[in-house]
Amino acid sequence: MIPAPDISYIALLPMLILTVTAVVTLVADLWMEGPDREGLGWIGLAGLVVTAITAIAMWNTRLSTLSETLVVDRYGLFFTLLFCVVSGLTLLMSMSYLETTEIQTGDYYSLVLFSSLGMVLMATATDLIVIFLGLEVMSIAAYALAGLARSELRSNEAALKYFLLGAFASGFLLFGIALLYGATGNTALPEIGRRLTTVAGEQRLLVMAGMGLLIVGFGFKIAAVPFHVWAPDVYEGSPTSVTALMAVGIKAAAFAAFARVFMHTLVVFKADWTSVLWVLAVLTMTVGNVTALMQRNIKRMLAYSSVAHAGYLLVGMVAGGPDGGSAVLFYLIGYAFMTLGAFAVVIALGHRGQANENLDDYAGVGFRSPFLGAAMTVFMLSLSGIPPLAGFVGKFYIFSAAVKSGYTWLAIIGVLNSVVSVYYYVGVLVRMYMTEGTVEVTAPSSRPYLFATLLLTVVGTVLLGLFPSSLFEVARQSFLALH
Amino acid sequence: MLILSAIVFAPLLGVIFLMMMPADQPTSLRRAALVFSLPPFLLSLLMLVGFNAADPGFQMTAKAAWIPAFGISYSIGVDGISLFLVLLTTFLMPLVILAGWGDVHKRIKEYMILMLVLETAMLGAFVALDLFLFYVFWEAMLVPMYFLIGVWGGERRIYAAIKMFLYTMVGSLLMLVAILTLVWMHQAQKGALTFDLQQLYEFSAPLRTQRWLFAAFALAFAIKVPMFPLHTWLPDAHTEAPTGGSVILAGVLLKMGTYGFLRFAIPLFPLAAHEALPIIAGLATVGIVYGALVSMVQPDLKRLVAYSSVSHLGFVMLGMAALNSEGVQGSLYQMLNHGLSTGALFLCVGVIYERRHTRLIEEFGGLWAQLPVYASIFMVVMLSSVGLPGLNGFVGEFLILLGSFGVHRGATVVAVSGVVLGAVYLMWMYQRVMFGPNDNPKNHVLKDLSAREILVFVPILVMLFVMGMYPRPFLSRMEPSVNAYLSRLQQRMAAADSGVQLLAADAQPEIGGGGR
Repeated sequence: MIPAPDISYIALLPMLILTVTAVVTLVADLWMEGPDREGLGWIGLAGLVVTAITAIAMWNTRLSTLSETLVVDRYGLFFTLLFCVVSGLTLLMSMSYLETTEIQTGDYYSLVLFSSLGMVLMATATDLIVIFLGLEVMSIAAYALAGLARSELRSNEAALKYFLLGAFASGFLLFGIALLYGATGNTALPEIGRRLTTVAGEQRLLVMAGMGLLIVGFGFKIAAVPFHVWAPDVYEGSPTSVTALMAVGIKAAAFAAFARVFMHTLVVFKADWTSVLWVLAVLTMTVGNVTALMQRNIKRMLAYSSVAHAGYLLVGMVAGGPDGGSAVLFYLIGYAFMTLGAFAVVIALGHRGQANENLDDYAGVGFRSPFLGAAMTVFMLSLSGIPPLAGFVGKFYIFSAAVKSGYTWLAIIGVLNSVVSVYYYVGVLVRMYMTEGTVEVTAPSSRPYLFATLLLTVVGTVLLGLFPSSLFEVARQSFLALH
Repeated sequence: MLILSAIVFAPLLGVIFLMMMPADQPTSLRRAALVFSLPPFLLSLLMLVGFNAADPGFQMTAKAAWIPAFGISYSIGVDGISLFLVLLTTFLMPLVILAGWGDVHKRIKEYMILMLVLETAMLGAFVALDLFLFYVFWEAMLVPMYFLIGVWGGERRIYAAIKMFLYTMVGSLLMLVAILTLVWMHQAQKGALTFDLQQLYEFSAPLRTQRWLFAAFALAFAIKVPMFPLHTWLPDAHTEAPTGGSVILAGVLLKMGTYGFLRFAIPLFPLAAHEALPIIAGLATVGIVYGALVSMVQPDLKRLVAYSSVSHLGFVMLGMAALNSEGVQGSLYQMLNHGLSTGALFLCVGVIYERRHTRLIEEFGGLWAQLPVYASIFMVVMLSSVGLPGLNGFVGEFLILLGSFGVHRGATVVAVSGVVLGAVYLMWMYQRVMFGPNDNPKNHVLKDLSAREILVFVPILVMLFVMGMYPRPFLSRMEPSVNAYLSRLQQRMAAADSGVQLLAADAQPEIGGGGR
């Protein structure tokens, strides 16, 4: 008989609050009348704030529960907080965005919250099976979210594509887990880490194959080349706020688990996986940036840009050690603000029945709506890595770690990629400020939630660039908590 | 001390103020911008007064931790090398804004805001004593300039703006990798992680590494200067930029490249730099002659002045490549000269462009009689750019050639021909525009300079004469820093590798200021 594991409800508190919030939104929807569902957004935001406060309160503790399959340490809490911010901003922009779409159901809000729950689970899990569980909770909610614009063909296409390819990738991940289990006889990460030091012969082969399959599985979720082909179509077809959540939240969650498994548990095999990730990083950066150059739709462009940023993050993983790890964590914060902000601008330019998602629709927007223009300028410059913005500091930390670990060529390839990326990011600014256009722009202040999202993301991007020190310290402590 | 920070960030006060002003009141926007460009200049005059000419080190320094975990600090200061570049920036900015009153008619608010942001970035780059801080300002400079060209520029402005952006980014990002490499090497050997320039000066990387790092720095700065053959972005950027943008680009931004060589590339990697000096001198000479020859055949006034910049900055680099007291002082002096003369040349071209909306030389002729004030001012500016004795250009070129002759004899001989060619293309241009028959009826309605325009030129003209006749106050402030700089370089070379005959062999003994 399997003994029932001890459950520490305190350790589970952030996840429990999220679950309760998600269920409450789902049920409260039944009492909502009319098409307006903003109230649900508020419930969701409140839940996220409470979750975040709980996570902050637990910062100095280290709890494990459910037979050590979940460990609430700073690493997990860091990501819990990040996901609260990401989901919070996503909900906030959704509250304005959904009005312009046909998505008038309460399911939306609870799906976002369930997806966030999956992310938190992924980041706190220390057992491969639980990581997989988190991944599925997160992804299944995301599959549904992608198809929520039911009458839009491309939304249907996005959901189906994402689901089929996602299921396929999950298969790879699961197979990888199975092989690692075969080699070490365990799925708990600490135990695997201990046993890996002694594996030899055929077992070693199993570990190699397992690692390869895990890289495929995670590579799919972070949209690393060549596992990225789903990203542009899915990003373009999904409702924009969902795209933002995918580009930031899901990517960050996948990196949380990816980094935990590889940079900590599989660290004894670092020499082996580093060479693979080196190649992946170069491919991801280069293909992402070069393909982004040719896009005419801003969501597709941002999709390729998010592929490229996965490449920069992989550079951080290759660099390894506390420097690389904390750089990855820090980068994810900056990436979250600037990418969410960019998608908020995409939303701001759309009207009911007219999405205005082509790059040419941005012509002249900068002067017609100075606030929107300024915000987009901040996001684009930050994404291309111009100081003193969050994106620059993030890249600085990552490339600095790479150079320190001796991967100078990788850093050089990385910065040259940044030059390529300047062309398309700045291309948006060219359209906004240097050409004339006709697309009507609603004053952002008439959509208060969107306005708030933009304001928060701009402030985050700028402050993180000017004063990165304290948050970098937080990122460093969080990464060190793994050891 | 607070004064340098005040100078650097004073323009931002204007930015905040202008942001709150309504966009539809051109006159008050223009006045406000002018008013807010004055405090940095006045403060930098205070800085000049407080500057101790005898002290070769950094003065008025300020330091505060910024990213302590990486040894990055907000560290600033001036010495004789950067002192006048700061002054040049704050001096030109009010004039540029005043000139922009007539030049810029759309989106005045944004134009003025970008100008002031640009000023902060440029000043910051000149006074930064921390590599990270310098890099931040260096890159931040690019964005306002990009918008100035892209929004207010001529027909091919977008092409020119993006070209400038990408060219500069390639260089500076590779420099970032070099900075990181240097910093981590320093940390590995000395144990301290720091971006502090003065600490990194003390560190000698192995020659092989120095070559790579120097190459990366040199690439970034050479693009900015721009040195032949990396100059191709400049004519486009200059031609398409609005007048104010061209003046700042020529007057200050290009100095960022030459200053970068002097402050960063050479002293951080002295061994590699010393090896590269002949190459730099050679490319500088090619630039001098090539720029002059290409200038000669330009049909467009602005393009002509743009190529003349390539030629003039060749002199700056040639003087620097001599790495002796005369050469480096001449190089610094010529940076200021070029800032004033070429800035003024662009203003002159701007005046005529505002009136006729063309810059083609063939459209003009015989303007002398019709625009006497303009013609006289243009002549002084042109002659200063030619290097006529009595005007500032002569002092700089003379010092450069003097310093360079003993070190790079062949290059110097060829470069002298550049002086002659300079006289040819500038005077020929002047002749075609000002003399001859005034037979284009479109020119018959042109009005001479307004009081505002004269006000823009007068301060520059005064400086052209002062610097031409009485260079002592400038050189005496540069000299201690330059000499200390050179002797520190020599010490490091000697300490680094006594087996190799390096700088000591061909360095000139330091000569006092006599004869200048």
